[in-house]
Amino acid sequence: MTEERLIISRKTNNKFFLMIAIGVVLLIAGIIIAALGGGNHAEGHGEVAAAGHEAAHWSKRLYMNLWLNNVYFTGIALVGVFFVAVQYVAYAGWSVLIKRIPEAMGYYLPIGGAVMLITFLLGGHDIFHWTHEYLYDINDERYDPIIAGKAPFLNFWFFVIRMVVYFVLWILFFNWLRRNSISEDLHGGTDFYHKSIRISAMFLVVFGVTSSLSAWDWVLSIDTHWFSTMFGWYVFASWWVSGLAVITLTVIILKQNGYLKLVNANHIHDLGKFVFAFSIFWTYIWFSQFMLIWYANIPEESIYFIERLGGNGGHFKWIFFTNLIINFAFPFLVLMTRDAKRQMIMLKIVTIAILAGHWLDFYLMMMPGTMRTDAGIGFIEIGTTLIFLGVFLITFTKGLTKASLVPVNHPFLEESVHHHV
Amino acid sequence: MTKKFVLGIYDDEDVLLQAIENVRAAGTNIYEVFSPYPVHGIDDVLGIKRSRLPIVAFFCGLFGTSFALWMQIWMLGFDWPMIIGGKPHIALPAFIPVTFELTVLCAAFGMVITFFIVTKLKPSFKVNVFDKRSTDDKFVMAIEVKEGKTDMTALNDLLRSNGAIEVNEKEVIK
Repeated sequence: MTEERLIISRKTNNKFFLMIAIGVVLLIAGIIIAALGGGNHAEGHGEVAAAGHEAAHWSKRLYMNLWLNNVYFTGIALVGVFFVAVQYVAYAGWSVLIKRIPEAMGYYLPIGGAVMLITFLLGGHDIFHWTHEYLYDINDERYDPIIAGKAPFLNFWFFVIRMVVYFVLWILFFNWLRRNSISEDLHGGTDFYHKSIRISAMFLVVFGVTSSLSAWDWVLSIDTHWFSTMFGWYVFASWWVSGLAVITLTVIILKQNGYLKLVNANHIHDLGKFVFAFSIFWTYIWFSQFMLIWYANIPEESIYFIERLGGNGGHFKWIFFTNLIINFAFPFLVLMTRDAKRQMIMLKIVTIAILAGHWLDFYLMMMPGTMRTDAGIGFIEIGTTLIFLGVFLITFTKGLTKASLVPVNHPFLEESVHHHV
Repeated sequence: MTKKFVLGIYDDEDVLLQAIENVRAAGTNIYEVFSPYPVHGIDDVLGIKRSRLPIVAFFCGLFGTSFALWMQIWMLGFDWPMIIGGKPHIALPAFIPVTFELTVLCAAFGMVITFFIVTKLKPSFKVNVFDKRSTDDKFVMAIEVKEGKTDMTALNDLLRSNGAIEVNEKEVIK
């Protein structure tokens, strides 16, 4: 097996920078429009504003978008590390040829951590209702006994410490796995492989706890009063299927550009099965959460879905149903046949749809509890997403160029080359 | 009625795959290949078309979905409407678990039953074991002999030149 190096041309890199530049321009345009009164949007809600409701400030919308995109891309980066760890622990052979792709996704984690912390420190009050001091002050008329009862967990310092701990652990394990993988390329032997399995097993335990906890912290606590025991799973399912979509899409794009020559239709087929299966898994989790709340119909629980359906003037209704169609019905029906999973064009369409769909899924988790009827999808949303996408692609592709795309000394490489389903 | 077969015995998987390709390329029809375990890629070299069973599964599943929805909507919405938990008579989210189960059940049973019918697999099914060693450590390639048409010596040579360790003849009652 020979090494295969990815070369990102200056032209491609410039495209990523152009993406960021367009994002910045759109974002600034969006902020200017929002700061000048939101155009016709504010007029439409004139009555509401008169009734004491003030349209959300543009900075709130900006912080929400930073938070939304950062949680989304951090999750995808984390899933890359998780995927590698799962493959190691399962002694998987088929995935060796594509292993460097999820591995490189983790390079976004340090940026994700920094942006997460800064966004929280600057815009914490806009994102999380529970950060307001007055909620915990029994003498204040805005005192909230329910939120005050959650104070041991939901308080500023513990939240920041948890966030730092998650990122430190994730980055630590990512670097550890990555270092071993690259050392294996240089020195060979099976020592690195066995060591990677042990690291992966430890990481999976850490991941199991931190992925749920971070989902509660970063997404669930936005709707502070509400709670759902399915939520950790729900966010994980959304991250996982988006991460799988990124892996599949990257493999296909690299293959179509002449890289990954040893990857054949069988590997693509397996990735397709992953995307197909976990779209259904996400739906299963979604439905499990929805049906129990719908059936019991306890006000404090069903408020979550009311805000997303009929509530907020039906503002989120279309996203609620689009979410289900794009993330379940579409991949389920399109990827059902064996042929579709082996064709790159089909997988390309479906993975791009899933990536957009799960961005909407996170949008639906975060916006109704914060932006309410002021939420929209406009220049600010598109601009912020483009900036994050550009940054993610630059770090990801840079990570990919750092090592051979084929892990030349992996003990299961030969098995992966002859993979057949 | 008896049929006559020529059996090529092989003891190596790779030799067998190559032999199948060469025998088919020489214009000989292979009746069946017996193997102790599933061999990767043997379907392709034997030219076996992909099974159409998934299509059956899809339509059986579709039937299950429609049947389950129809059943629940008719029963709880029209035939015997009841108020359960203050929900509407036709409360779709509550129907989903049953619909899911019936979809899976119909798809699975439909597939298994279709498979039994297509392969004529029934309790009285009698298996012709051409060579008992194909259940142990040998691969057996069976080629049907047509009286007066098949050149036995040429066939023998073809099989042997492609790595058969033995070539036997066998009459099977069909």
